[in-house]
Amino acid sequence: MMGNGMGNEDYAIEVKDVTIRFNMATEKIDNLKEYVIKLIKKELIFQEFLAVKNVSVKIKKGEAWALIGANGSGKSTLLKAISGILKPYKGDILVRGEVAPLIELGAGFDSNLTARENIYLNGTVLGHSKKYMDEHFDEIVDFAELHDFLDTPIKNFSSGMTARLGFSVATLVEPDILICDEILSVGDYLFQKKCMERMDRMLRGKTTLLFVSHNIGTVRMLCDHAMWLDHGCARMSGEVNEVCDAYMKMM
Amino acid sequence: MKVWQDRIHVFLKYKDLLYQLVSRDIKLKYRRSFLGYLWSVLNPLFVMAIMTIVFSAMFRGNIENYPVYLLTGKALFDFTMTATTQAMTSVTDNGALLKKTYVPKYIFTLSKVTSCMVDFLFSLGALIIVMLITRTPFHWTFFLFPLTCLQIYIFCCGLGFFLAQLNVFFRDIQYIYHAITTAWMYLTPIFYPIESLPAMVRLFVKAFNPLYYYVAQFRDVVYYGQVPGWRILLGGWLLAFLAIVLGVWFFKRNQDKFILYI
Repeated sequence: MMGNGMGNEDYAIEVKDVTIRFNMATEKIDNLKEYVIKLIKKELIFQEFLAVKNVSVKIKKGEAWALIGANGSGKSTLLKAISGILKPYKGDILVRGEVAPLIELGAGFDSNLTARENIYLNGTVLGHSKKYMDEHFDEIVDFAELHDFLDTPIKNFSSGMTARLGFSVATLVEPDILICDEILSVGDYLFQKKCMERMDRMLRGKTTLLFVSHNIGTVRMLCDHAMWLDHGCARMSGEVNEVCDAYMKMM
Repeated sequence: MKVWQDRIHVFLKYKDLLYQLVSRDIKLKYRRSFLGYLWSVLNPLFVMAIMTIVFSAMFRGNIENYPVYLLTGKALFDFTMTATTQAMTSVTDNGALLKKTYVPKYIFTLSKVTSCMVDFLFSLGALIIVMLITRTPFHWTFFLFPLTCLQIYIFCCGLGFFLAQLNVFFRDIQYIYHAITTAWMYLTPIFYPIESLPAMVRLFVKAFNPLYYYVAQFRDVVYYGQVPGWRILLGGWLLAFLAIVLGVWFFKRNQDKFILYI
């Protein structure tokens, strides 16, 4: 699914009639004891839940798409399927190029390690080689502006500093596809501005952006297309302002 | 063929991550302790000293050079326990990360077993010190020990994969496994000679306890200075192979469901 497939090379992402199903116990059971008890009492009911229903979308290289919709409408689930974390139950997802997720601040970092070590750890988590990280190390540190704290364990960092580090590592590559799930609200004003600039630069380049946010203002500013998801179904997709207007009217 | 090419490609892409994870574990273990590396040598030495005092009276005459006998078994057993216990929680511990980005999940399990293996090799320093103090002769067969290490590494990876996937669905597996390992320890000839077990139990241990094979091999090359017999070798490789095949099979079968439970 992550590999190169047939079809039009102009598209970075092709989502074809994708349905994502969760088949889970109605009550979350995570231990054997409860499982056995429920099994004996015949209370173990599995319920199908379709988080995304028959969604199709074609995203061209270089476009910036926003996924909008209420909580629980399947935005993050769809993003997860595109980044390869979830397998769709039905349908196909074709992705051309490397996907770089902007990881929520902290995840992927080990708080006991120093900033220097975390840069390498996080870089390799994103699939870069050690050599590649060696070459880009200075660039990351420059962007994050953390020269003086390189050998400090990041448990002593403020959340803003950690976020800066995370953003610097994640956006280092100018990835083919950048996936961004509501994390830009961290860091001070200056750094946020810097992040926006960097994302703008990427968008002017070849990077395809997938963006999830509840902040319609940011969406209009950053994206050129949008898809509105409602209870797992694609309600509308197309030019960003049209979709946002329709969405706002419904609210 | 294509599938395997892809898999190898993915593994090569993430091999540096494996290295980073292993070196993180090692660094964090030794960095903030004043004695650093010395700890991994001192700890087995202390435990061995206590156990030697307690048990050598019990098996007097039966076992020559008890400290080395004990330590060869114990080092191997401790490795198996720490490696599998840490492998068990390797997927759940990295849940936050696995929810956010695509990383091959087995990398985390593999890294835990690997860092425990490195730790085990460090702790062999303790064994060498004890051998020097007790004037145990070094045999050339000592250098065959990596063969045993390889088998037990493969075995622990297999068992670790199995436990890791099970722990995603049932978190209380940890407690059950803890009970199992206690029984496992007493049923492995670590501090007693296998001959002291009743005939029935002995047969059971020889048939079903994988560690029996690895401990026997390790003692052969280090303690007795002989090449292990073919049955012990064959048994060890077969069990390692069986464990890895089953472990990988279970892991692979369930890994797409992990995300729903972590």
